[in-house]
Amino acid sequence: MKKALIALAVAALGSMPALAQQTIKIANIVELSGPGTTSGTNFKNGVELAVREINAAGGILGRRIETSTVDTQSNPGVAKGLTQKAVDQDVFAVFGPVFSGSIMVSMAETRRAEIPNFTGGEAAAITTQGNPYIFRTSFTQATAMPKIARYITDQAKAKTLSLIYVNNDFGKGGRDMLMKALEKSQTKIVADVSTESAQVDFSAAVLRARQANPDAIFVYTNEEESARVLRELRKQGWTKPVIGETVLTSQKVIELAGEAANGAVAHVGLTVDAPIPAMRAFRAKFEREYKYITDHNGIKGYTGMYVLKAAIEKVGKLDRKAVAKAMHGLKLRVADHPGILMDVEFDKNGDLDRDSFLTEVRNGKQEVTATLPPLSRK
Amino acid sequence: MRTPLALAAGLAAAAALVALPHFLGRSGVYLLSYWVVFVVATMGLNLTVGYAGQKSLGHAAFFGIGAYTVAILMKAGLSFWLGLPLAALLCFASGIVVGFPALRVQAIYLAFATLGFNTAAWLFMRNEEWLTGGTFGIKDIARPSLFGVSFDGHRAYYYLCLAVAAILAALLYGLLRSPWGKAFTALRDNPIRAESLGVDVRGYTLLAFAIGAAYAGVAGALFAPLLEFIDPAPFSVGASIMMYLMVVVGGPGYFFGPMLGAAVGVVLPEWLRFAQDWYLFVFGAAVVLLMIWLPDGLLSIPGRLRARREARAASAARAAAAARLDGGGR
Amino acid sequence: MTDLLQLTFSGIATGSIYALAALGFTLLWQASGTINFAQGEFVMLPAFAMLFFAAQGAPLPVAFVLTIAVAVAVLGWAFKRGVVDPLFRHGMMAIVVATIGLSIAMRNGVRIYSADAHPFPSLFADKLLRVGGVTVSLADAGTLAFALVLVVATQAFLARTLTGRAMQAVAQNTESAAVLGINVPLMILYTFAINAVLACAAALLVTPVYFGKFDMGESLGTKAFFAAVIGGFNNSRGALLGGVIVGIGENLAAAYISPAYKDAVALALFMVVILFKPQGLLGRKEERKV
Repeated sequence: MKKALIALAVAALGSMPALAQQTIKIANIVELSGPGTTSGTNFKNGVELAVREINAAGGILGRRIETSTVDTQSNPGVAKGLTQKAVDQDVFAVFGPVFSGSIMVSMAETRRAEIPNFTGGEAAAITTQGNPYIFRTSFTQATAMPKIARYITDQAKAKTLSLIYVNNDFGKGGRDMLMKALEKSQTKIVADVSTESAQVDFSAAVLRARQANPDAIFVYTNEEESARVLRELRKQGWTKPVIGETVLTSQKVIELAGEAANGAVAHVGLTVDAPIPAMRAFRAKFEREYKYITDHNGIKGYTGMYVLKAAIEKVGKLDRKAVAKAMHGLKLRVADHPGILMDVEFDKNGDLDRDSFLTEVRNGKQEVTATLPPLSRK
Repeated sequence: MRTPLALAAGLAAAAALVALPHFLGRSGVYLLSYWVVFVVATMGLNLTVGYAGQKSLGHAAFFGIGAYTVAILMKAGLSFWLGLPLAALLCFASGIVVGFPALRVQAIYLAFATLGFNTAAWLFMRNEEWLTGGTFGIKDIARPSLFGVSFDGHRAYYYLCLAVAAILAALLYGLLRSPWGKAFTALRDNPIRAESLGVDVRGYTLLAFAIGAAYAGVAGALFAPLLEFIDPAPFSVGASIMMYLMVVVGGPGYFFGPMLGAAVGVVLPEWLRFAQDWYLFVFGAAVVLLMIWLPDGLLSIPGRLRARREARAASAARAAAAARLDGGGR
Repeated sequence: MTDLLQLTFSGIATGSIYALAALGFTLLWQASGTINFAQGEFVMLPAFAMLFFAAQGAPLPVAFVLTIAVAVAVLGWAFKRGVVDPLFRHGMMAIVVATIGLSIAMRNGVRIYSADAHPFPSLFADKLLRVGGVTVSLADAGTLAFALVLVVATQAFLARTLTGRAMQAVAQNTESAAVLGINVPLMILYTFAINAVLACAAALLVTPVYFGKFDMGESLGTKAFFAAVIGGFNNSRGALLGGVIVGIGENLAAAYISPAYKDAVALALFMVVILFKPQGLLGRKEERKV
């Protein structure tokens, strides 16, 4: 008996390197605790869902994908160590992190090791450093904000605008990009109000924004805070437009804010409510798998994985450098790659461009009011 | 180092610390360096909290001041070797300022005041973008070199951290054995008695904060080039609470406490990752159990064993004496 | 002027939320010298328990009662027996760190169950009242009223009933209370049970605003600590006063000084208070002992 066990163990050990050669190792380095938990968890679930599908359909180039998921605690110091560990383990690609501080350290490590890194972060600075191994799974704020700025000036016809933003890298980064986009437009910013993450009382923030008597208020905070701002706006009798980007009209905000969310307008890069059959199907699949509806981070992880698959297949071999090179200027169509859900193209910095949506909350539901073409096609 | 056995253990540990990086990958060496940096920081906090008995919950602020000082100066083109002492000096000065409330209030009120200081410092790091890079932080912080020796490699930088830690540990050891060290513990054990015995309570309270802060400053100065990036996140109130946890778990007022405590705070969560989703839950539960088992910290084990041995010896002696008495009586 | 009133009233409403969490803080401190760094999590857990019972089909009042029963057993009795009793004689540091560990475990345990924010039904109708140019939501007014009732009830219980007086005697001087024949351990157990009940009540009132999320206790606990220190750690009325001051202070600082520094401005003001009145606003002075 004992001998048999030993033989089994030896066999198992012996077969392991062979098995490892057969698989494509992917490290999922994401925020599963700390302030980034919600984003990181969705991102990770999206990646894992895509991996399961791809493996069930025969993998990439006939090889199975093997993922390992680790938690950065939303802490750059931890993220750096985890990325080095992934490098030590010789992974083929890294997915995450989502928070830009963590990305800043992890992308330096993946660059050094020449490993493609797909991030969920939206901060503009990520792709402005000439790092050839970093790729986005969503718009940079430098792409998203001009789109909503155009709406604010041309369609909402707001001459004056108040900003309420959360003072973390996400909120501050978005605010800076919006200000830049509005600089030369007709719209003037009359109030610029910083808030904290996990803030509960927004009466002072809303008051400051309202006192400047703007034509519209722009809200750029995380989910729970957005819901509280919307409630406070309603309480203080604000009836003019409330405009946001991605978060403001998300399902979670609507769920938390209730009636107060009605009428909010936002530009959304990715939404499960997009009027696209593939996106609807994804939403249903995700909900069946995880028993809740994902935000845009789940779509980022899911489509990012499929983009990697398409890039590897284009190159035709498992060569990190070649894959990274192929990613730059890559144009993918849903017709050829259903998993990417929407046509997408990557530029030389690793930024991506694709359709996006203008959404409004009506009767407690996010409705898409217009589809905006990629900036490059305008 | 009371016995030759302890001395041998210490030497073995030192040898292990020097040899270990050669058996570890990049990430292992990084984790080890991270630990050393936190040992330096918590050595300082151990002086403030463990030896001098001041309830400080703002240590991460000093850690941050040190890190930002070095990062900003290096970005301005100055040398790391100028930044390091300046970081220590700046923290020493801010430590004195933060120590002042401790002259008036104690215990929870002091904890509150130091928490408040930490909040203010954190907000400054985040809000003053012109100086600190704000929430986006400072990236591409270079690692230093000295006399043509570059500390850029992961092992080289580890040895630099280790050398600094060893020097600071030696200094602290000397300080604690000096009359100053006795004054600190007198302050903790009974401030009123210390005062009546002629200890300058004011001065020593401020010094306890200032020296502790300077250690955190040096740790921060090592931390910034270790990550090659800093943002305000690791210097929050939550980080201060973790450092406090490290000191108490390791054993406050024990010289080697911070080494074990920082290992619990830095290495244990990484080591627990096999528990997957549950690893932080297990970590929290482990801290609770550890405190219940060893309320005076990990380093109270030897003392406890000794006490048990002595108690057993005493009861054996008592039993023997009783037997003798019984025998004599019969 | 109406703006100022609006801010003040919002601050009072938010402050009464802090006060509810702070109240338990001061009670535990008085009775057993425990500083509970998991106080915020003590509010978060009942919130999730209520959500859980509600998901099983229980109406909110039933869910509330069930949660109280569980909380008294777990956050009251088990917490006292399992964590505080063994550490009691080892001083504050050990208890503080044990409760820090407890808060990490609780937060991350719930996170595995759900990392999302969950809406929570409000006790009050979703109505806005306008009083002299100031808009107040019914929920704000109700939370404040509830907090007042709870503080007054706790005070009355401590001052008027025999059990309450015995508990206070224990808090003031454990040894003489024991000499007087008071069952000291039982009185301390009562305090822990009351803390658990208060945490459930706080959860019921604050979760509609905070939303049920695994990390909701983090900021709540810190604010409650501040409120307790400012109001006076050894006085239950002080918790309410402290909470309200923190709530208003933050709002006024954000509106009139700097939104980016509001937390620091408020804290700096309190620090001055603490330096000149180290026992907190309503606290008694504790004698230094040799």
